[in-house]
Amino acid sequence: MSDKDPSLRRNAPQLQLHVPEPPFRPGDTPDFSSLKIPAAGEAPRPDTGVPASETHALTTALVRVLGDDDKSVGAWDPKLDPETLRKMLRDMVTVRIFDDRMYRAQRQGKTSFYMKCTGEEAIAIAAAAALDREDMHFPTYRQQGLLIARGYPLTEMMNQIYSNKGDKLRGRQLPIMYSDKAHGFFSISGNLGTQFPQAVGWAMGAAIKGDSRIAMGWIGDGATAEGDFHSAMTFAAVYNAPVILATVNNQWAISSFSGIAGAERATFAQRAVGYGIAGLRVDGNDALAIYAAVKWAAERARSNKGPTLIEFFTYRAEGHSTSDDPSGYRPTNEAKLWPLGDPIERLRAHLLAIGEWDEERHATMTAECDAQVRAAQKESEKLGILPQQGKDNIESMFDDVYADVPWHLAQQREEAVSEGRG
Amino acid sequence: MPTMNMIQALNDAHKVMMRADEDIVVFGEDIGYFGGVFRVTEGLQKEFGKTRTFDAPISEGGIVATAVGMAAYGLKPVIEIQFADYIYPGYDQIVSEVAKMRYRTAGEWTMPMVIRTPYGGGIFGGQTHSQSPESLFTHIAGLKVVIPSTPYDAKGLLIAAIEDADPVIFFEPKRIYNGPFDGHHDKPVKPWSKHPASDVPEGHYTVPIGKAAVVREGNDLTILAYGTMVHVALASVEEQGLDAELIDLRTLVPLDLDTIERSVKKTGRCLVVHEAPRTSGFGGELVALVQERCFYHLEAPVERVTGWDTPYPHAYEWAYFPGPKRMKRALEKVMAD
Repeated sequence: MSDKDPSLRRNAPQLQLHVPEPPFRPGDTPDFSSLKIPAAGEAPRPDTGVPASETHALTTALVRVLGDDDKSVGAWDPKLDPETLRKMLRDMVTVRIFDDRMYRAQRQGKTSFYMKCTGEEAIAIAAAAALDREDMHFPTYRQQGLLIARGYPLTEMMNQIYSNKGDKLRGRQLPIMYSDKAHGFFSISGNLGTQFPQAVGWAMGAAIKGDSRIAMGWIGDGATAEGDFHSAMTFAAVYNAPVILATVNNQWAISSFSGIAGAERATFAQRAVGYGIAGLRVDGNDALAIYAAVKWAAERARSNKGPTLIEFFTYRAEGHSTSDDPSGYRPTNEAKLWPLGDPIERLRAHLLAIGEWDEERHATMTAECDAQVRAAQKESEKLGILPQQGKDNIESMFDDVYADVPWHLAQQREEAVSEGRG
Repeated sequence: MPTMNMIQALNDAHKVMMRADEDIVVFGEDIGYFGGVFRVTEGLQKEFGKTRTFDAPISEGGIVATAVGMAAYGLKPVIEIQFADYIYPGYDQIVSEVAKMRYRTAGEWTMPMVIRTPYGGGIFGGQTHSQSPESLFTHIAGLKVVIPSTPYDAKGLLIAAIEDADPVIFFEPKRIYNGPFDGHHDKPVKPWSKHPASDVPEGHYTVPIGKAAVVREGNDLTILAYGTMVHVALASVEEQGLDAELIDLRTLVPLDLDTIERSVKKTGRCLVVHEAPRTSGFGGELVALVQERCFYHLEAPVERVTGWDTPYPHAYEWAYFPGPKRMKRALEKVMAD
């Protein structure tokens, strides 16, 4: 008889393991009617200097600004000028076109890998608009919008995606793992979650030095399960770090729904409560709400009132990456039925509703963005695509491991160069 | 010249560097007001203030990760992991982030930082206060691994590590913090003050990273050791009456292979010594390199003296520790024929 034989303990209730299961699987008809979506304008906006506990009711609410009538409403309305709104819309459209072009480039064999942020464009774009240009982002792989909003050249992004001769990362990083110090965009890591406490460290550095710049760390719902999430929250709380900690809850971590990261029990924003820091839960498809929340948290951080955890509630409308086919684990029409809508459509409708946009201008702008992306792609492809790479300059593989090349790498470099490419 | 033990020498290195460079920040568990469980950071908070020397939560992953963020900001973190046995929660940040940052960003972001950590056995620390995990770091491209064995070297190497452009894992042999250890645990501890390397100059000096020290010149065989085992090996060869050449590696990566090669070609015999378990220990790498470079000069197989491939057993510490008996047996074997 083994220890595992339950008959030995027949009088005790049988224990059960709970394995969370998403509400809908392929073949099901998604029904989001039970999802509680508060009306726009409903959430109160506390002063940015309030004790963290006064924000905690907002961790189960949903900060929303864009109403069903496409007008902005409520205390969180950032009252942005139309020019800023149009810039955000343009950036979001650019991101989506960029994603589509690069996705297609991967399918055409021009690179190995790509990740879109479809349905989540508003988050990075509005966050970039709300922060100062000098603030530092520690992004995940789905915040390409930060670079685009900050005017990073599209060709540079593509050069990295193609690992071509123009790739400043010298062909060493998986496509989309951008890095650009000058644009306040920290190097993306494929080990999920690592950047979250790093953002806290950067913010601590800024505080040590009496700087006025703040940091913003990013993480997905899935990676909140990593210890790094807890480290980030702990250090941010302990040292009152001037940091914004953003959890993009797009509800899917490859094939695992957010319940596998704990979302059945509490919102991700609610994790702020236990650490005693400010927390906000925000409609991640509402550019104005995102802008307002990030602005709120930035003001709080800048005035030494401490960190804020923000959950952006959204939906990953497409696959995790080019290596993923979501039809294997969720209904294909789920994105269309997602009740918070499409972020680009919502901002466009808002601009139309306030009389600051029209269909013709939208079509013209979209065509311009498309032309810009195509031109960048043409430019980048002149410098090569992935299949042509990795043949020349093999010795460069051994640079930047250390500041100087030690003897053992010099010896291996010689071997590698004489061997050539297999 | 002041006489210092290793703790005082390391403390002095911090002070010299923190006075010279305002970007240096020191943090770790219990290192602030209290000055660290081994007192290496004593007095730093008082002199440099709480924003440059502070206690960290018990979160090695968080300590390393925030150091990454601070280095990205432009600071120079010198962090303490209280025991090398506690470093594993920070391993992902060290391996995936600290070590690879320069490479993955083609030099755009670099990680000049020092991760100090006491390691090794001989203090009845049991499994979780005695380990020697250096080979987990020598295996990682992008890290430098330094292990001093005297107060003089400890200060000079720590200053060199702080000044280095690359991340340095700095292992401190805690058994010899207060005095050199000859391997005879039943004898009273000799203080550093009786050892010439306790003469530690004031102010700034460096011991270069990547340079081994020939502790004792000799012709019978070459012994490669580091940390506590330098002193154990030295005592053993003297007890055995051998004319051994003893090399203190001081830096494991990048390794001073030239000094090793020159010596083994001269003596024709080689013994590799470390506290860490044998399988996949750094000794395996040393043996491979010695046979690659010196095969036709070797008169006997290269031997290893190491810890056993078991967890570090508390009550059996002196059956585990590679002490005089294991040394004697290996020396006899490598000197046979």
